Amino acid sequence: MIPGIGTLTQDTLWCFSQVKGTIEIGTTEADIISTVEFNHTGELLATGDKGGRVVIFQREQESKNQVHRRGEYNVYSTFQSHEPEFDYLKSLEIEEKINKIRWLPQQNAAYFLLSTNDKTVKLWKVSERDKRPEGYNLKDEEGRLRDPATITTLRVPVLRPMDLMVEATPRRVFANAHTYHINSISVNSDYETYMSADDLRINLWNFEITNQSFNIVDIKPANMEELTEVITAAEFHPHHCNTFVYSSSKGTIRLCDMRASALCDRHTKFFEEPEDPSNRSFFSEIISSISDVKFSHSGRYIMTRDYLTVKVWDLNMENRPIETYQVHDYLRSKLCSLYENDCIFDKFECVWNGSDSVIMTGSYNNFFRMFDRNTKRDVTLEASRENSKPRAILKPRKVCVGGKRRKDEISVDSLDFSKKILHTAWHPSENIIAVAATNNLYIFQDKVN
Amino acid sequence: MLSKGLKRKREEEEEKEPLAVDAWWLDPGHASVAQAPPAVASSSLFDLSVLKLHHSLQQSEPNLRHLVLVVNTLRRIQASMAPAAALPPVPSPPAAPSVADNLLASSDAALSASMASLLEDLSHIEGLSQAPQPLADEGPPGRSIGGAAPSLGALDLLGPATGCLLDDGLEGLFEDIDTSMYDNELWAPASEGLKPGPEDGPGKEEAPELDEAELDYLMDVLVGTQALERPPGPGR
Repeated sequence: MIPGIGTLTQDTLWCFSQVKGTIEIGTTEADIISTVEFNHTGELLATGDKGGRVVIFQREQESKNQVHRRGEYNVYSTFQSHEPEFDYLKSLEIEEKINKIRWLPQQNAAYFLLSTNDKTVKLWKVSERDKRPEGYNLKDEEGRLRDPATITTLRVPVLRPMDLMVEATPRRVFANAHTYHINSISVNSDYETYMSADDLRINLWNFEITNQSFNIVDIKPANMEELTEVITAAEFHPHHCNTFVYSSSKGTIRLCDMRASALCDRHTKFFEEPEDPSNRSFFSEIISSISDVKFSHSGRYIMTRDYLTVKVWDLNMENRPIETYQVHDYLRSKLCSLYENDCIFDKFECVWNGSDSVIMTGSYNNFFRMFDRNTKRDVTLEASRENSKPRAILKPRKVCVGGKRRKDEISVDSLDFSKKILHTAWHPSENIIAVAATNNLYIFQDKVN
Repeated sequence: MLSKGLKRKREEEEEKEPLAVDAWWLDPGHASVAQAPPAVASSSLFDLSVLKLHHSLQQSEPNLRHLVLVVNTLRRIQASMAPAAALPPVPSPPAAPSVADNLLASSDAALSASMASLLEDLSHIEGLSQAPQPLADEGPPGRSIGGAAPSLGALDLLGPATGCLLDDGLEGLFEDIDTSMYDNELWAPASEGLKPGPEDGPGKEEAPELDEAELDYLMDVLVGTQALERPPGPGR
């Protein structure tokens, strides 16, 4: 099977590879993973957590000796990206939780990523240091300054090897541009700009300029009493640097062209599926609220995730999606309970595989789902410690909706709604996936034959 | 305090409510709510939504998405509870006569007023963050102060009183938070002059879905706030 150009046929078997994080039952809230992202080559995998930390894993070089271990991910760098802040004017605490991480494409030896909490975006540089200068004239070996009067000869410092050190330094801090909570950041294909989106506004930044940003979308009504809709996600087109999309809490997607005007309040395209009258309920709007929007790698499609489904849209067809996949339709009859316990507001993300042939999203009970767009097959897998033996093949899971429950099935009422897979990531070219289950990060790979 | 009593009542209702509503919602035959609901189920859902709105606004910085979705859902529920014709679909200034005689309708106006004012107050949060703006013009700085629960008493009732905590503007920002301030339901209604709802106060028909105790209290507040209504602040 060609890596990356996978199809979800019976030949594709997913195996457990690694799990990161602690096993203890009482989780510290700070350890809850809030975002997962591979970099553009898949060499690095970054996670952000509620405590404001970023952990970067690096894939080890594949060795000929260990054919079965296809490059494990090991910790490469850990740093505190955001700290809790207190806004004194408003007497508000600003959470340090990392909402999103986005990598920049690599342009030199260092790695760059953007990380954001509710209010502030930061550009981090992660670089390696494996040499150290020795032989300073004005400092001794411990770094203490020498008395210049004692220096009688001069020498040229030389670089000597040292143990590899990975340093993360904040290179830019983009602050004070968002009144509301940032939900998305997206790097533009020009690699010079990026956007940050909050509930009501989207701002365009230049990486070099931190004290200024351009507002490109503003849906705040003149009277807040007229507020009925918020922005839920936004992303730049992967190739066209003038195009971006943003989704709303009403289940709509707007595609905007920055060439059309400076303020893109008027969309170029408007994607909305008409409501199915047979499924109407008080909760229709809530479950239609889009929690994630992602362009396909090709740029031809967008994928949206709402509470019960994943939809694929063709950019050329605005009136309905071309594909709709049911993630957990058995929850449709439980919406009231889910409204009561607020689960109905959970924001699940969705991801494409490298070839745009398979899409993946999370569910409850630590289940996650994959849909093959070509074969129309789907599979439900579980991220759990029980399936955590090395190279153990994941067994497909099934939820029983009524009637007789078969041996390996789980009934809807037994699902654990506190175990939600909100964040997943797919390697850009291989069948390697990272699944965040509360405070644990699972890495699965397809079986190497 | 009555507001606390009301809270207890709601909690009890909340416990009972999952069973009743759950059972109803699990019925696969009831795909469309618009047809079926026994008024009881809608009322529980209404109360649940009110509770959620309340909790959402208790946050020092409400999650706007959650708030908007709950508010929209609440409006839908309310629209289905009252006769459809009587209600304007959107609260941007509703024609007062059309919501005149029905307490439910006026509580809808009151609800709209309070929700509108609450959302309006959120814009004051933004106003505060822009430095050279004289606070006096912003009117009540509202609930962002102290991070403590704003105007609980009023919110319990969806009365027209909103997050207006302070009469004194800037000085009030630095007062210690005294919880008795929040239990005091005599806060003036939104001085933004939005809705005529409160004027419909006394003598309304009782909506069957509201308890007598709730109703009495609601009316007290409406009458009470009417009596104490502040003149609009400067610049408004």
